[in-house]
Amino acid sequence: MKYEAVIGLEIHCELKTKTKIFCGCATEFGADQNTHVCPVCLGMPGVLPTVNQRVVEFGIKAGLATNCEINKYSKFDRKNYYYPDLPKNWQTSQYDLPIAEHGWVDIDVNGEKKCIRLTRIHMEEDAGKLVHSGTTIKDSNSSNVDYNRTGVPLLEIVSEPDMSSAEEARAYMEKIKAIMEYIDVSNCRMEEGNLRADINVSLRPVGTKELGTRTEMKNINSFKNLEDAINYEIERQTEVLEDGGHIVQETRTYDPARGITLSMRSKENAHDYRYMPEPDLPPIVTSEETIEKYRSELPELPDARRARLEEEFGLSDYDAGIITSSRAMAEYFDAVVATGADAKLAANWIMGDLLKNLNDEGIDISKSPVEAQRLGEMIQLIMKDTISGKIAKKVFKEMWTNTDSPEKIVKDKGLVQITDTKAIEGIVDEVIANNQKAVDDYKSGNKKAIGALVGQVMKASKGKANPQMVNKLLAEKLN
Amino acid sequence: MRLYEKPAHVLHDMLVNKEITSVELTEDVLARIDEVEGDVKAYLTITREEALAQAKAVDEKIARGEEISFLEGIPGAIKDNICTKGIKTTCASKILENFVPPYDATVMTKIKAENPVILGKLNMDEFAMGGSTENSAYHPTCNPWNTECVPGGSSGGSAASVAAGTAIWSLGSDTGGSIRQPASFCGVVGLKPTYGRVSRYGLVAYGSSLDQIGPVTRDVTDCANILNIIAGHDDMDSTSSVAEVPDFTKALVEDVKGLKIGLPKEYFVKGMDPEVEKAIRTAIEKYKEMGAEIVEISLPHTDYAISAYYLIAPAEAATNLQRYDGVNYGERVEGEDLVSMMTNTRTEKFGEEVKRRIVIGNYALSAGYYDAYYLKAMKVRTLVAEDYAKAFEQVDVILAPVAPTTAFKIGEMSGDPLQMYLQDACTVPLNLAGLPGISIPCGMSSKGMPIGMQLIGKALDEENIIRAAYTYEQSQDYHTKMPQLGGNN
Ligand SMILES: [Zn+2]
Repeated sequence: MKYEAVIGLEIHCELKTKTKIFCGCATEFGADQNTHVCPVCLGMPGVLPTVNQRVVEFGIKAGLATNCEINKYSKFDRKNYYYPDLPKNWQTSQYDLPIAEHGWVDIDVNGEKKCIRLTRIHMEEDAGKLVHSGTTIKDSNSSNVDYNRTGVPLLEIVSEPDMSSAEEARAYMEKIKAIMEYIDVSNCRMEEGNLRADINVSLRPVGTKELGTRTEMKNINSFKNLEDAINYEIERQTEVLEDGGHIVQETRTYDPARGITLSMRSKENAHDYRYMPEPDLPPIVTSEETIEKYRSELPELPDARRARLEEEFGLSDYDAGIITSSRAMAEYFDAVVATGADAKLAANWIMGDLLKNLNDEGIDISKSPVEAQRLGEMIQLIMKDTISGKIAKKVFKEMWTNTDSPEKIVKDKGLVQITDTKAIEGIVDEVIANNQKAVDDYKSGNKKAIGALVGQVMKASKGKANPQMVNKLLAEKLN
Repeated sequence: MRLYEKPAHVLHDMLVNKEITSVELTEDVLARIDEVEGDVKAYLTITREEALAQAKAVDEKIARGEEISFLEGIPGAIKDNICTKGIKTTCASKILENFVPPYDATVMTKIKAENPVILGKLNMDEFAMGGSTENSAYHPTCNPWNTECVPGGSSGGSAASVAAGTAIWSLGSDTGGSIRQPASFCGVVGLKPTYGRVSRYGLVAYGSSLDQIGPVTRDVTDCANILNIIAGHDDMDSTSSVAEVPDFTKALVEDVKGLKIGLPKEYFVKGMDPEVEKAIRTAIEKYKEMGAEIVEISLPHTDYAISAYYLIAPAEAATNLQRYDGVNYGERVEGEDLVSMMTNTRTEKFGEEVKRRIVIGNYALSAGYYDAYYLKAMKVRTLVAEDYAKAFEQVDVILAPVAPTTAFKIGEMSGDPLQMYLQDACTVPLNLAGLPGISIPCGMSSKGMPIGMQLIGKALDEENIIRAAYTYEQSQDYHTKMPQLGGNN
């Protein structure tokens, strides 16, 4: 029997508010333990929460950016369970009236578009963090709690089980990340846990509608782990089913070191959260005017921007997709093009040398040593035939550590392209004279042999000869 | 007549006129504590030295010729579920035995700005659950009028201290009658303001949507003055009202002419003590004499209010009390692992009544029962509120008993929680509706126990009930009577 995977994601997105969701404490990451706390976020006896209006604004904007309906009457609820890093032993979350519902985003996998539906987006508080005395909870004889993260605002973005492969799940999460970045509600730093996903995976025989038993994997915080965990889980479940077994509904963890998922707890101990409306917070009533105001503040979103890049600059769908996958990259692209650089060249340089260098050194594009302005200037040197594409690679490498303008670098390093026909002709003649064999091959019909001759000319000119002119002159002389 | 027998407004005038000093007054109240606290046991914590230091500072201020505010230099005490920075706040529970809050409740910030003398923290039913102050984890408080009787609850310490003269004023909290019923049992004045009129920030929650802090005083004048101090919006409590706060002392006028007073037939319940009913009826006649118009009204959903209350309050309490798990606050009982540590802590440190309500509350909220219990109770709550809304189209205030009986004997009802819950039938409905209510003395039983009556107002209309209460108070002298304690009883 052939199976197909059914995948749904719950993405937790940490919001970039200055203060926590229900008190005035800072949300800053990396502070000393328990320094960003107060009676309210410590859940002291007698304290009451007050809602950070920024969180509501961000929730509504996230809803609008993902085509959700905004609930004009929304409320907070208590989700009750005992956990040492949850000071009140309930999480203030939203249950039946979340801030946004019924949305969708488009994803694109291998050129195929697919619509992924969003069930809901709700606001909630983050929990604290356990700090164990040993390396793991098992070899620790004590554990302390750091409450700095307690009360940091989160959006939980819940998808319908509309994905059927790890690639689709990744594309979906990338799209959510891009949107949250574009609307500027989250830093989306996955390594800091700003964005993390709980993944539900089940299998069903191809062609059937009914959902199979699902397993859940918690707190996945990198795209690679997301794909690996899903692929492993699909494989594992397939084997179980093919051996005639049953999938147990359970929560599993993904161990990236071993590349496997492990059972964490079975659904038998599933909590009854005993949800109840939060009596300490009045309902959130949002007017049409407020919603429209927030809508008007939304920037151009990834899909619209992608369409614009294709339309305005003739970029391929693929290139436009990559350029718009992050707001910072799209803005970088726009800044390069704004200098007068050719859009296609700009896209190629960004997706090629720039991204490679940034990735190698782990630098964010917003902090690129080669600023958009300078890349634009360099591309214009190519456009003016001052340098060839090949020389440009050298110039670009130089620009990575040298803050001079590309023009100055080209001048200082003597990298100007030779476009003087006479000068190139001399080298061409020399190469023809010294490479009789290649000349003979070419003349006897092996047209590819010209490549070797071009290479020799370029080498002799130290790469500075204009390649088009070299090709043209060689062809003229040999025919 | 000793100083502790006088209301705060009289003492304030005496301080201003330099007839007494705050130290004299504070020493007199502390002496009274020494005389009778062994019998009454209203306090959990007494801050004797701090109190005298505060009094001394006020006297120096008066000596410098500076003006003093209403409560300045007047000794009072605070129910032990209101957080006091640096002073133990136990909620009369073993689980918070050594909890010292690092912050003040908003009412404390407001009260402290007045520069009063704080005598300490007052006994209560554990986490405000109970109607007799027998559920304190430390000791029961006794009724100053008869120490074999309960003072009522849960603000039993707040009422008993004022009645006994071991505090001139106090603060209590009222979730289902916990200020009004002990005020009635102890013969003092107790006000539960409109929900949201006074900030709940720093009040250790029992039923969050029902709780309200209020004053317990010797007379209505003190009550209005203290309400002036503690009322008002608080940014730290998003359920606190943004409505303007009037000067409640302006309502201290002797006038009920044309005031329409509603008598809800459902509040004169079967099983009501005939002496209580007689005292209330006599008060009604008095109101008629004074020119009020008495109107018979009906609040048809009263019968269901008590059931709804005993689902909603425990449901909220069950979640509010979840934070007491041995991890963060108060006392821990060790166990083999995390779960057993939490279980042991809660098993040993919570009292029976608290555990009973946690179980009821969690049951009512659990999956599959939510609709049948909690949700239905919330619907009843709406109906109860609508009853009042309709009644207030006809009348200005509603007059009712506070409790069907006078104070009962200690231990008499503790074996029968259901009977105890029925004590709240006349007080609970207005907590469900969020309305203000005041209890004032209106009689004495043949056994010499105080009887109180209740005046209920529209939301945010404390003025009319203060006016009605003050007018009645001025027509009699129940509020000036003191129990015979300290060897005379
Ligand atoms: Zn805080």
